[in-house]
Amino acid sequence: MCQADSWKIGSVTDALRHVWAMIRELTGDDAYERYLAHWHTHHASERATPLDRAAFCREEQRRKWEGVRRCC
Amino acid sequence: MATTVAKRLPRPLSLGMWAAVVVFGTFALAAVAFNRGESISAMWFIVAAICIYALGYRFYSAFLAAKVFALDSTRATPAERFSDGRDFVPTNRWIVFGHHFAAIAGPGPLIGPTLAAQFGYLPGTLWILIGATLGGCVQDFVSLFCSIRRDGRSLGQMARDELGVIGGAAALIGVMAIMIILIAVLGLVVVNAMRHSPWATSTVAATIPIALMIGLFMRHVRPGRVLEGTAIGVVLLLLAVFGGGWVDKHETLRAWFDYDGPSLALMIIVYGFAAAVLPVWLLLAPRDYLSTFMKIGTIVALAVAIIILNPQVKMPALTQFVDGTGPIFAGKVFPFVFITIACGAISGFHSLIASGTTPKLLANERDARFIGYGAMAVESFVAIMAMVAACVLDPGVYFAINSPAGVVGAQAADAVAMINSWHYPVTVEQMQVLAREMGEATLFARTGGAPSLAVGMASIFSNAFGDTLLAVWYHFAIMFEALFILTTVDAGTRVARFMLQDILGNLVPAMGRTSWYPSVLICSGFVVAGWGYFLYIGTIDPLGGINSLWPLFGISNQMLAAIALCVATTVLVKSRRARFVWVTALPLVWLVAVTSTAAWQKLFSADPGLGFLSHADGLAAKLASGALTGAAADQTPRLIFNDRLDAALTAFFLITVWVLVVETSRVCFASMSGKRCPPLAETPHVPSRLVEDWVRD
Repeated sequence: MCQADSWKIGSVTDALRHVWAMIRELTGDDAYERYLAHWHTHHASERATPLDRAAFCREEQRRKWEGVRRCC
Repeated sequence: MATTVAKRLPRPLSLGMWAAVVVFGTFALAAVAFNRGESISAMWFIVAAICIYALGYRFYSAFLAAKVFALDSTRATPAERFSDGRDFVPTNRWIVFGHHFAAIAGPGPLIGPTLAAQFGYLPGTLWILIGATLGGCVQDFVSLFCSIRRDGRSLGQMARDELGVIGGAAALIGVMAIMIILIAVLGLVVVNAMRHSPWATSTVAATIPIALMIGLFMRHVRPGRVLEGTAIGVVLLLLAVFGGGWVDKHETLRAWFDYDGPSLALMIIVYGFAAAVLPVWLLLAPRDYLSTFMKIGTIVALAVAIIILNPQVKMPALTQFVDGTGPIFAGKVFPFVFITIACGAISGFHSLIASGTTPKLLANERDARFIGYGAMAVESFVAIMAMVAACVLDPGVYFAINSPAGVVGAQAADAVAMINSWHYPVTVEQMQVLAREMGEATLFARTGGAPSLAVGMASIFSNAFGDTLLAVWYHFAIMFEALFILTTVDAGTRVARFMLQDILGNLVPAMGRTSWYPSVLICSGFVVAGWGYFLYIGTIDPLGGINSLWPLFGISNQMLAAIALCVATTVLVKSRRARFVWVTALPLVWLVAVTSTAAWQKLFSADPGLGFLSHADGLAAKLASGALTGAAADQTPRLIFNDRLDAALTAFFLITVWVLVVETSRVCFASMSGKRCPPLAETPHVPSRLVEDWVRD
């Protein structure tokens, strides 16, 4: 979650990979991967399987649009 | 912490650098303020703005963070305490900044400065710079701070907790009212950009099927692949801009997309209702991805173009219209420049975002400064760029595009004669050439700010990135504005629907169930009817609608800012920080003075251009004397009713603000004199466990 703070410029590819990871996180492109990581660390013992990708995206979209999201 | 010290500049160097920023900023601001020549380089605006934001951020926000709010990095944030991987997620501060900025940056800071340029560039520019650093950024920061200290609660809940039931109710009703007015006025901006323009209308229409396709793609073909979907969508949108040009040249097709204002208003109303009741994934979510991407891309491109090209600002520093005789909207520079530019200087709406999703993502309390204060400074910079883009036009052209036909006359020759009489040279031929270059039939009386901003942006872009595609750049700018205005229309209708369902749910529990379809249809219908009414009336109003609706929007937005500042002031007093209360109380007093004066003038001014009631009386007298015939006579009773409705709304805003101010004073005095008042609702300190492993900079 906090790679940015401990991040050191090793090489150009590292920097580009880092920017790409930031863009993916910012747009929510990697939301499912982050959900899986969270599930494996926190909920692996509770339930048999995590949600599949399509089900997760449905759930995520419903949650995201419940409050004020956009402004004038 | 050792790394922190190592990274900092040595003290003398740092002092020297900030001294240079002060000198440079003062010089640039003086150049902007005292220039009375023919034109002035846009670079001065950019330099002055960046220096002022840098100083505000480095010193004032540091003072707020350390002394006033006493931000505490050892205190666990709601994201850490409730971390659930869904709503509450400790997130990297750059990512939170991105989300927060994308949420607060809407069409407001582009339109307000464009309209306020009728006073000249100076009043608006000064208000954007001063209003943001001392008001808007503070409001966003303090709202975020209060919400983090209250488990990420919303503004409405905080108002109820800190001020009591009356404060809570005022906040809720205020938000509903501002939504309705906001959507109506934004809808009107889009309608005015599409009126009798097949190119603009077909391009904007094409954004709907494109959004639907991307919605289906991200739902069924590649679930959750946001970047892939957005990339395809952006390519299709750019093709739609070129496609619109092709439609415009096609004899039969162009007739399918050629509509007058009222017809376009009805289409937007139907569209708004459909968007509100359709599932989010099908239209709203994909449209939002596309518009966020286009918005940030275009804003960055505009900044780069202005810096590369360094255009000349041709608008004078002050125009004669500071006396209140302006054609675009009536009223003197005080208070109306402060009403017209809300977003970009201080926007109450931001307090909803700052007390919405953002506080649930902050990993560290100290990030509130960067996100709350910093994101608003960037938004304010967008407003400065919009001001520059409006003011690079010849003033005569600016007034010809933005003045409603009801003021300057419907015939091109009349409009030109009127504008020339104000000593702003422009000719009919010049406007015809410009319209042809932009691929439009006419650019006269295209009120609302979007067309003149698009002309400004097109001329900046085509100069910076290639001269040949002026019409394409113009319609690109229109598409970009329409895209995220329609996103605000969809999202705003949805939010207002949720609120209405929430309110009605107290009376009929079934109505409160957000997924019960009859309730969805009924509540969406009410909300759409509310803004649809103002939108439709705006299109038949001879003064163009923007004239009366934009001030109403400004007043309601500033009223919401006043509510947020009332809550913040109460919190400061109750938490024994009364000696710093001026931090929120001064912007609050200013906003109350501005909104009250503006509302009073809109209500009771004897000038029919300014006062709603005197305008209604004037129309009624004309109607009674039989001076009006035909369509005008049929429409007049509706316009009279609308004036009186606007007056009632204004009175309502005025009363709400004052009720809240009285409540705030009562609670503050009660708290200071030890009498009974709602207690401070701050959650107790829980030590953070994240800071130990994190090296903060």
